[in-house]
Amino acid sequence: MSIIRYEQTQGKSLGFYALIAGLGAFILAALAGVYYMEHNGHHVTGMSNRIVWGLPHVFALFLIVAASGALNVASIASVFQKKIYKPLSRLSGLVALALLAGGLMVLVLDLGRPDRLIVAMTEYNFNSIFAWNIILYNGFFAIVAVYLWMMFERRMNKYSRTVGVAAFTWRLILTTGTGSIFGFLVARQAYDAVMMAPMFVIMSFAFGLAFFILILMASYKWTERQLGDAIVNRLSNLLGVFVAAVLYFVAVYHVGNLYLVENSGVENFILVDGGIYTQLFWYGQIILGSLVPLALLYSPATRGNRTMLGLASVLIIVGGLVQLYVIIIGGQAYPMELFPGKEILEGYGGIAAYTPTLAELMLGLGGIAVSLIAVTYLVKFLPFLPESLADDVADPHHKG
Amino acid sequence: MKELNRRDFIKTTTATTAGVATIASGITLTTYAALPKESNPVTNEKRWGMLIDTNKLTESNIDDMVNACQEEHGWGNETHSTGDQQAGWIKKIKVKDKATERISNLALMCQHCEEPPCVDVCPTNASMKREDGIVLVDKHLCIGCRYCMMACPYDARSFVHESLTNQKTHMPRGKGTVEACTMCVHKVDKGEAPACVASVSSDAVIFGDLYDPTSKINQTLKKVQSTQIRADLNLNTGVRYSGI
Repeated sequence: MSIIRYEQTQGKSLGFYALIAGLGAFILAALAGVYYMEHNGHHVTGMSNRIVWGLPHVFALFLIVAASGALNVASIASVFQKKIYKPLSRLSGLVALALLAGGLMVLVLDLGRPDRLIVAMTEYNFNSIFAWNIILYNGFFAIVAVYLWMMFERRMNKYSRTVGVAAFTWRLILTTGTGSIFGFLVARQAYDAVMMAPMFVIMSFAFGLAFFILILMASYKWTERQLGDAIVNRLSNLLGVFVAAVLYFVAVYHVGNLYLVENSGVENFILVDGGIYTQLFWYGQIILGSLVPLALLYSPATRGNRTMLGLASVLIIVGGLVQLYVIIIGGQAYPMELFPGKEILEGYGGIAAYTPTLAELMLGLGGIAVSLIAVTYLVKFLPFLPESLADDVADPHHKG
Repeated sequence: MKELNRRDFIKTTTATTAGVATIASGITLTTYAALPKESNPVTNEKRWGMLIDTNKLTESNIDDMVNACQEEHGWGNETHSTGDQQAGWIKKIKVKDKATERISNLALMCQHCEEPPCVDVCPTNASMKREDGIVLVDKHLCIGCRYCMMACPYDARSFVHESLTNQKTHMPRGKGTVEACTMCVHKVDKGEAPACVASVSSDAVIFGDLYDPTSKINQTLKKVQSTQIRADLNLNTGVRYSGI
């Protein structure tokens, strides 16, 4: 393996400016949506007192979960000493920070009072998992920033493993915290499961890597740099393992819930007769978001094909959004069991209705655009990307 | 006469401003300190609660309770909010026993839990429980994250989905914040009963101090069988029900 040289992207081409303009348009649309929602109040959204978290939360939590997962590539290099991943570490840290920034933007702008962000930063209730998450998110920014510094600064390289271990530990705690938002809501049948935390961790592995692969392949293609199969095929295999692991957790979660009679109602709702939620679960999350990508990644016909890997990554991202939609919206739509053993005839109950509005969708997409524009700009200003990842450069076992 | 140059001017004004600010804040502090102490400080020696007897409570009683609450706090006339977006601090619930088909009607509002899940999850301490057990939202600290609404087992909280006008001075409500039954804390602190309780002429709804052995609610709860909604969650609610 030869020495890895990192280099900024040129960022002068028409494509670069077109990309920036396109993403900028999405961000402007998101800001317009936010203004519309905040000016009028949430009555212009599909959200209500029953569905209190809507589509923006789906995007926000998806991006936050994916953020911690995107850091895995760096962790594999520094914590687990896999040399081949080392050249990807800088980009991995950058994608992680960018996704987190996008997710937090969506989360904050969907608050009833986003102008009170300062309150959230200064008043902490340490019993609240949300408050812990605020600390975990801020800490993640700090740790990953230091981690990047250790990687960029040659004199500091020797500390990158130590900081890498700290960042890896922090990200595990962070995703555990994100999953725990849903883990301890005792009154809601769909959420009251400690299982949520580890499931979110494994989801983060898959979603984060899918984002990372797409960004990696796009940036190498568009800057006409070499990206060898040694790295891409490894990432592809890893992605498949993560997707399969998410499927396993989803299966255990649902089968476990089915076993408990008190939860059979909500399970029946999601898996069998929940209308849109059942369809989203089976067609969106399971088939399109998991089984099809697995087939694309592993079947001999498509294996090793970059386009198919890209398609699989896109499907995993879409499937991940669908999965969070089913968890967040579906879980709220199903009524709480207020009177066990009794049927509520009037006043509460039934499946809560939710139709997402355009403004909510634009806010969510704006979060993704913020993440991507941050990556696009930063790779131009700092040397995040190796100038070549051709097999003879990147693969320590390459036999030329 | 000495001419005033810019430097002197700035010096003098700064000194004067600093002096005035120091003295003024001192005066303000002493003024606040001199204010008479609250005559009845809120302590945990009391625990305000309510007992709703569904055998005595008629459906029109419940309608009266809902109307009284709306009247008192000014919710329910939101013009843009639709369906589930409308505020609902107290609502009428009709339940049927699955085995016996017995029907009960009851009023459901914030249950003022001793261990309120909304207070646990609130990131900014906006959801809080007073020493005397009343669970409230500090509208100045609420950032509108709505996590409390996810956590509440009783669907008792509402989010203000639109701008409001003509609010009651004792109950300011704000777009983008969460609200719920306050057990009419502004009346309770003056020694009065909550509006919904006062609207029912029979003793179908009793309000009082759960801890006080001489209170009617304490004595009744000792005699009759009562229950808490979702008692399995161990939240030890301040609102109790009998007859369901």
